Amino acid sequence: MSVEAREKRQPWILLSPALGAVLVLLLVPLMFIVVYSFWLRSAVGPDIQGFHIDNWQRALTDPFYRYILFNTLKIAAITTFFCAALGYPAAYFITRSSGNKLILLLLLMLPFWISYIIRTMSWINILGSSGALNTLLMTAGITSSPIQMLYNEATVILGLVHFLLPFMVLNIYVSLDGIDTNLEAAATSLGATRWQAFLQVTLPLSLPGLAAGGLLCFVLGAGTYITPLVLGGPRDAMFANLVFEAIITQLNWPMGSALSLLLLVVLGALVAVYNRFLGMSQLTKGLG
Amino acid sequence: MGAVSLNNIVKRFGTFTAVERTSLTIPEGGFTTLLGPSGCGKTTTLRMIAGLLDPTEGEIVINGKRVNDVPIHKRNLGLVFQNYALFPHKTVAENVAFGLRYRNVSKADIARRVGDALELVQLPHLGNRYPKALSGGQQQRIALARAIVIEPDVLLLDEPLSALDANLREDMRVELKNIQERIGVTTVFVTHDQSEALAMSDQIVVMSNGRIEQVGAPEDVYNTPASEFVARFLGASNILEGRCVSRGPEGAVLEVPVFGQVIVPAAKAPHLAGEGAAKLVIRAEKLLLRDTLPPDGVFSAPATIETVDYLGQSVRYFIRAGDMQLQAINMIEDRPFSAGAQVHMTLRPQDCAALPG
Repeated sequence: MSVEAREKRQPWILLSPALGAVLVLLLVPLMFIVVYSFWLRSAVGPDIQGFHIDNWQRALTDPFYRYILFNTLKIAAITTFFCAALGYPAAYFITRSSGNKLILLLLLMLPFWISYIIRTMSWINILGSSGALNTLLMTAGITSSPIQMLYNEATVILGLVHFLLPFMVLNIYVSLDGIDTNLEAAATSLGATRWQAFLQVTLPLSLPGLAAGGLLCFVLGAGTYITPLVLGGPRDAMFANLVFEAIITQLNWPMGSALSLLLLVVLGALVAVYNRFLGMSQLTKGLG
Repeated sequence: MGAVSLNNIVKRFGTFTAVERTSLTIPEGGFTTLLGPSGCGKTTTLRMIAGLLDPTEGEIVINGKRVNDVPIHKRNLGLVFQNYALFPHKTVAENVAFGLRYRNVSKADIARRVGDALELVQLPHLGNRYPKALSGGQQQRIALARAIVIEPDVLLLDEPLSALDANLREDMRVELKNIQERIGVTTVFVTHDQSEALAMSDQIVVMSNGRIEQVGAPEDVYNTPASEFVARFLGASNILEGRCVSRGPEGAVLEVPVFGQVIVPAAKAPHLAGEGAAKLVIRAEKLLLRDTLPPDGVFSAPATIETVDYLGQSVRYFIRAGDMQLQAINMIEDRPFSAGAQVHMTLRPQDCAALPG
């Protein structure tokens, strides 16, 4: 075998375990789901095989599904906004702190060591009717009976922000950390105030990180089902809850498959738009 | 009254003192260089003048006005960094125009002044490019244009040439000096490169360990070093430890090994108070090697050549005289001496300098 041929083969040999795993564990099951989505659930007995567009037709035309889809995107968008608003100052502070950067980053990663479900459920102990906040309010005499704070859209967003904020901070941090601090010094020496220097120089240069963090938060937020399940009321279902409902409760696998693919297509389109304008490299930078 | 005065400034970072109590006057319109090895406090001093750092003690005066409490964006200074610090998301023209946008300059005037500044740095056609598309030398010129277009009171240059290739650095050195002379702006230049300092400066401030070692014109600093550090840092020097046996108006008589008694003119021994321990500084290029005994009026001593370091137009010899090793850098006249040759090393007293021991 020639040297060139060997060098050409080498990356594929090294990649093959990973490619194999992706193929068997991701692409093949995904194909099953695609096939499933064109089957039909029968009232009794096994699902009806074949090529039926009924599930897709319902998923795309039923106003209830459409309402939940838009609501899901809305909640994800609001969550992303709050993550950006809270995460940017935090990331900026970490970037500019001199000695304890590593400790601050470690603190940021710390929540990942605790299960996401437990972190979500912890809000019940804080906001529930016998939770910390209500106990405090009643002890202080501000209210006589507990205030209903849980199980609404606001707590779903709160839970999502709690879950997604570290992703946002890390992405912005990576972007800010790559900006030469002399640039702000140069801008202020030329007559810009520190705020103007930030708006003119640092903010535009950190936009790729902000966008990458935003994309991650949005996609992860839009695909979540645990947070609305734990912290939302009956009317706060998000799209992934519909999939859960269809498959687990109604045992309607074909419908659940069609719904999950619909969400995949919508979020995939979003990622494609992001990639078209900003490129995926920024995203991998933030994860590494 | 200088354009910039540092009065008793001190800068501490925690327990570390970066700049010891220092006073310095930087004359208006001149080119002053802060020269020293890394960690000597030269960049810290520059950043205090710029307003990027606050002095722990003392005051900074620019154009007769105390500026300790004036934030950087109101000091009207031009700042050029080693890594250029051009805004990567703005075009060259937008970079140069940046400072003017905060100065109530009309749009037409901005365009004109940006054009003039780009003309001055000889890059008039690059306005629409982005910094990434420029070479290092071009980026440094744009950084210079951006700093001078605002007509700063003081131009501060933080090792602006050290990121450039050797050849380009020498060209930029000449050009930078020309531009500075043409616009006549008071300039403070920070470098660790002695040849840059000697070639460009009106005044050199040699610093070491947070202290000023010497302030003077390039010839003074080079020919009459005020301390052993300055003698060793600038150029190659031989320092002979000896004693001063008499100090009169005509000069100082130093008793040193190898050469015996050497009479150093008074002008070359300004820091020598009187009799006692003293050092004789002999520049390597002032120590001339001859194969015959020189005429009277010059001091000479026999020596043996140990190593010959051929440099093209000159040679650096390491020579042994008694138990001392000296170095001499001589121009090649005929052909260089070879190792092991017996020579006479000669020096003229006016080429020496005397330091207290």
